[in-house]
Amino acid sequence: MNTIKKYLGLVWIALAIYSYSILLKTALERIRLVPGTDTIIQWSIFAIIFLPIAIGFVMFGWMAFKGAYDQLPSSSDEVED
Amino acid sequence: MQSTAEKKTIRKVIFASSVGTLIEWYDFYIFGSLAPIIAMQFFPKTNPTAALLSTLATFAAGFIVRPFGALVFGRLGDMVGRKYTFLLTLILMGGSTFAIGLVPGYDSIGFAAPLIVLLLRLVQGLALGGEYGGAATYVAEHSPAERRGYYTSWIQTTATLGLLLSLGIILITRKSLAPNDADSIKAFEDWGWRIPFWFSVVLVGMSIYIRLKMHESPLFSKLKAEGKTSKNPIKESLMHKGNLKMVLLSLFGATMGQGVVWYTGQFYAQTFLETACKVDFEQTRTILIWAIIFATPLFIFFGNLSDKIGRKWIIMAGLFLAVISYRPIYTKMLAVASTKDIVLDDAKTKIERVINPANGKDHSIQTTTTVRLYQNGITEKLVHKDTLYANGLEKPETIDKLSKELPDEGYWTMVVLIFVQIVFVTMVYGPIAAFLVEIFPTKIRYTSMSLPYHLGNGVFGGMTPFIAVLLGTLYAGDVLVGLWYPIAIAVVCLVIGTIYLSNKIDPEVND
Repeated sequence: MNTIKKYLGLVWIALAIYSYSILLKTALERIRLVPGTDTIIQWSIFAIIFLPIAIGFVMFGWMAFKGAYDQLPSSSDEVED
Repeated sequence: MQSTAEKKTIRKVIFASSVGTLIEWYDFYIFGSLAPIIAMQFFPKTNPTAALLSTLATFAAGFIVRPFGALVFGRLGDMVGRKYTFLLTLILMGGSTFAIGLVPGYDSIGFAAPLIVLLLRLVQGLALGGEYGGAATYVAEHSPAERRGYYTSWIQTTATLGLLLSLGIILITRKSLAPNDADSIKAFEDWGWRIPFWFSVVLVGMSIYIRLKMHESPLFSKLKAEGKTSKNPIKESLMHKGNLKMVLLSLFGATMGQGVVWYTGQFYAQTFLETACKVDFEQTRTILIWAIIFATPLFIFFGNLSDKIGRKWIIMAGLFLAVISYRPIYTKMLAVASTKDIVLDDAKTKIERVINPANGKDHSIQTTTTVRLYQNGITEKLVHKDTLYANGLEKPETIDKLSKELPDEGYWTMVVLIFVQIVFVTMVYGPIAAFLVEIFPTKIRYTSMSLPYHLGNGVFGGMTPFIAVLLGTLYAGDVLVGLWYPIAIAVVCLVIGTIYLSNKIDPEVND
């Protein structure tokens, strides 16, 4: 199971990058097709809000790849380490 | 085994926490439930879709700031205490809700109106971000280990009950402003929509009174007495690798999927009924109300069950069922409200035409209402408005509004279809508070659990109706295209949760 967890980490990294690039591409395309304050605001909100989440997903994938989830903490002391 | 006194205390704790949280959800959801009217009042009326999207954007803005509220008030709750922090969030929420009810419309003060509403909406989002984590933590820290899922599930009912309360108050207000329905609805759309916002002050006042009588959480008090509270909860939550990895796992393996299932079952379903199925305003609300009433006890059931079999598999089962059944459910919803290929009962078709002069303008509005009855029992009402110019030269502007009233069989089928979706909600949401509380240590629990909860629910979940509507406009050929967003998020969450999460119930949350 730990091997699956580890290599799926790479899948999460790829998925984060791919999803965010699709979002950016769609945003730019929509702004080009329907230029206007409404469109720019809406798609900018999406792009800004999902950026830290995409980064978080990359970090999650990286941690999984490095084995951070091989064993989950059994007490708060381990969580705080 | 709990003593009678302990049981009495925990009941008081649950009541005080739940009432306040329910009111906060009520405050937050009346805005969403009144989105189309708020669009008319506060946003330029040139294009109804643009106005609705603007409102949804404002609605989404309320959701987006929730994670920031989680950080700000979570920090306060981990440093000052749970009790005073969620008192503060209640006051902020009540104050901003009441103020929204006072803001003059776009016609009176122009651009200032949507701007003020947006700012107040942001305050609402911040307050909500701070409330839930405090209430869930407060109840969990009073609960015995073997009943934590059960006791915290009462807090989990509040979001749905807050939505129910908002729908109920709106329907009652909409019906009681004038002796006949048409005048009452008109008065509601003019000014009556403000009443549900004002009503919040009464509810918040009561809740503050109840909460002031409560004591601080025993675990937090102990920590404070020992001088072991966190000096910098945000840093400890996000900078300590051990804690950060659990924040990320909670988000991507649980709350992200839970958020989209919650908002699909209760908010997107409502939007879909009204905009895609064209079911009329009142039936849409009552369908949702019945489904919520029937499904709400299941929050307690699944919370309780999670104490026996663990939290993980109940949440994952809810995600799985949602993923495989959303498209069949929404296809059936369309079929129930469809009049395609159904024979029209011509004898019962009524057409009524009324011409009213527009106040102080050189044109009149001609309203043609056509009511048609189909043989499957659906009554269709088409309101067609023409602007008639006095000179007869200008091209008439027309607006069409179609709504359908379902017969009993179709109505109750819709109730069942929404009920099933809310059952998925109760599965993913009932055990989640206990699940999150058990992951994080007491001294940074408020901050740590609030963040993934509000990112999952506020960003992923709260954006569901908005993204689904947007997908519908991008790919206009497929009415069900909006469902791909919650399905995709739920699938990823299901895989991550199944593989990475543990089903172990933590017996010790005192550490």
